[in-house]
Amino acid sequence: MNTEKLSYEEAIERLNKIVNDLEKGNLPLADSLELFEEGTALMKRCTELLDQAEQKVVMLKKGADGAPVELPFEE
Amino acid sequence: MDETRVFSVSELNGLIKELFDHTPLFLNISVRGELSNYKVYPSGHHYFTLKDSESSLRCVMFKSSAMHLRFRPESGMSVTAFGRISVFPRDGAYQLYCSALMPEGTGDLQVAFEQLKKKLDEEGLFDEAHKKPLPDYPQRIAIVTSSAGAAVHDMIRILGHRWPMSKVLLLPVRVQGAEAPAEIAGAIRYANRHAIADLIITGRGGGSIEDLWAFNDERVARAIYASEIPVISAVGHEPDVTISDYVADRRASTPSNAAEIAVPDASEQRQMLSSVSIRSAQAMDKRLRQMRSETENLRSRRVLRDAGAYLDDRRIELDHLRDKLGASMESALARKKRDQVRLAAALDAMSPLRVLTRGYAVASDENGRIVTSTKMIRKGSRLHLRLSDGGADCTVESVKEETEA
Repeated sequence: MNTEKLSYEEAIERLNKIVNDLEKGNLPLADSLELFEEGTALMKRCTELLDQAEQKVVMLKKGADGAPVELPFEE
Repeated sequence: MDETRVFSVSELNGLIKELFDHTPLFLNISVRGELSNYKVYPSGHHYFTLKDSESSLRCVMFKSSAMHLRFRPESGMSVTAFGRISVFPRDGAYQLYCSALMPEGTGDLQVAFEQLKKKLDEEGLFDEAHKKPLPDYPQRIAIVTSSAGAAVHDMIRILGHRWPMSKVLLLPVRVQGAEAPAEIAGAIRYANRHAIADLIITGRGGGSIEDLWAFNDERVARAIYASEIPVISAVGHEPDVTISDYVADRRASTPSNAAEIAVPDASEQRQMLSSVSIRSAQAMDKRLRQMRSETENLRSRRVLRDAGAYLDDRRIELDHLRDKLGASMESALARKKRDQVRLAAALDAMSPLRVLTRGYAVASDENGRIVTSTKMIRKGSRLHLRLSDGGADCTVESVKEETEA
């Protein structure tokens, strides 16, 4: 699975599943190692997303065709 | 009880208090009257008298209740007071312990509120079953409120602090006045029609009951109910409860509280991630230790303890295998042989040599090349004729070229 593209929610969901599977402890060693590596990549992905997050705030106005238009919101 | 018993004053007042406190009517009572001698003490408690033309009643409203008053009570106002009647033992006087005061006059708003609340409740707009769960990690949050005022800034600041990953989309509307309900309801419907967010917060900061009235409007209530996107209602301060609060998927006590409810907290998520990291490392460690002990177990088993016996067993297995293999090889060979006989017959049928039995011969020159043209031979060339059952060596007497017609 390509962890680079996952949203935070997807990554966290998968990560929780992996940890639960690992904690069950009934997987072949090779699978466990693979999961462990995937989990590590997912944690990295989540931390990156947390670190890089920058709040975006826009004001929505109804455009001429009715579709929403984003305008900057001056605080 | 002994009729001659003499009570102390405290005992008697205590008994009377008991009597009052066990009278259900007194525990929850509404009294209409005029306020007089209204005083707010530095402690924050309010003391006043309720009176009509013939009688008066001492009242106290403690700070905890008084802080929820939406208006400033003044002597001379007609009000309805809610509370319980009990005895203040020190003075031997009964009084109303007032929990709420409602002025006459604005009471009609309250009546309208109760009527709409009852109607929508009966229609099922407040049903828990209809309430949608909020997303755990909303990616886009639509805020339907005034673009002015502290509320929107508080929400944006708290959302940004807790969870900057969420994009905030502000749909500016008026939140008070005659136009407000239609604008709020319209913005909620618009957000749904264009699926602009996965969570909506609608509300406003504190104000008088009239200021908050848009959120008691039936149009707003119905727009919230119809919203496919989960809605958090965040109107006024903690004690203010509006119809929007009842119908929304979640009620927040204030706009700031709505921002806290809407998103997870990044620092908590970091803690969670590090605990997940520890858990997975521990699980892996445990798995490896388990593997090691399995290896230990194997080492102590017969296989490795007695290699000779192990090899004997394998040899017997091998013999069995070889037996089976031999049998299957033999049958495979027999099948191959049968196939070959069939194949040879088929090949034979197609062989050009069969044609020779019908009277044809194949001529080849001294180099064994098949002669197919007069150009390949001349007088004196040696030819070999292949016949069906043998051959003949010949010499060419003459060559005649046939010209094409």
